[in-house]
Amino acid sequence: MYVAGMAAIVVTMFLALARAAIGPTVFDRILAVNMFGTKTVLLIAVAGFLTGRPEWLDLAIVYTLVNFTGTLAVLRFARFGNLARDDRKADR
Amino acid sequence: MNGALDIVTAVLLIAGGLFCVVGGIGLHRFSEFYQRTHAASVTDTAGAGLMLLGLMFQGGLSMVTLKLVLVLAFLFFSSPAIAHALVKAAHGHGLALELDDPGRDGDAAG
Repeated sequence: MYVAGMAAIVVTMFLALARAAIGPTVFDRILAVNMFGTKTVLLIAVAGFLTGRPEWLDLAIVYTLVNFTGTLAVLRFARFGNLARDDRKADR
Repeated sequence: MNGALDIVTAVLLIAGGLFCVVGGIGLHRFSEFYQRTHAASVTDTAGAGLMLLGLMFQGGLSMVTLKLVLVLAFLFFSSPAIAHALVKAAHGHGLALELDDPGRDGDAAG
């Protein structure tokens, strides 16, 4: 059953990668890469149970947070073209 | 391991995997960006939720289940935030909504 779940996750990861490759806009690519990161978390969790080492869930937690922060950083870069710009001035 | 718990885990894992694949297919079938965010959100909520819930039945009452709850909580808070920020950035960037096209259905004049 773990193998079936992992197969489904891997298929979804490849679909997301294909969308990231062909996505017409940059936001499609960011969406697909964020989805890929979420699937990575799931894959690590299921693989930990498959190999009998659920301690890998620590890695899954870290991947969740890194994925969140990384996506926000890339979004900010795509929006402003700069990671260190001041919002209060940029909005005027 | 208990047989009944194994069956529950298998059903939840396969249901979650099905939602993941359906979301991945939707990522290719939908025609514009704002609809694709809907397909991606399905994999983040239903797919991840069902799969992690299925793994919780294998963990039992232990530290493993607590970590699974943590992963689930982080996903449930970060996924809507990312979806909101992504759509807001795309809208602010001038990406047009398909619904705004006046020639689409003829009733967009209202």
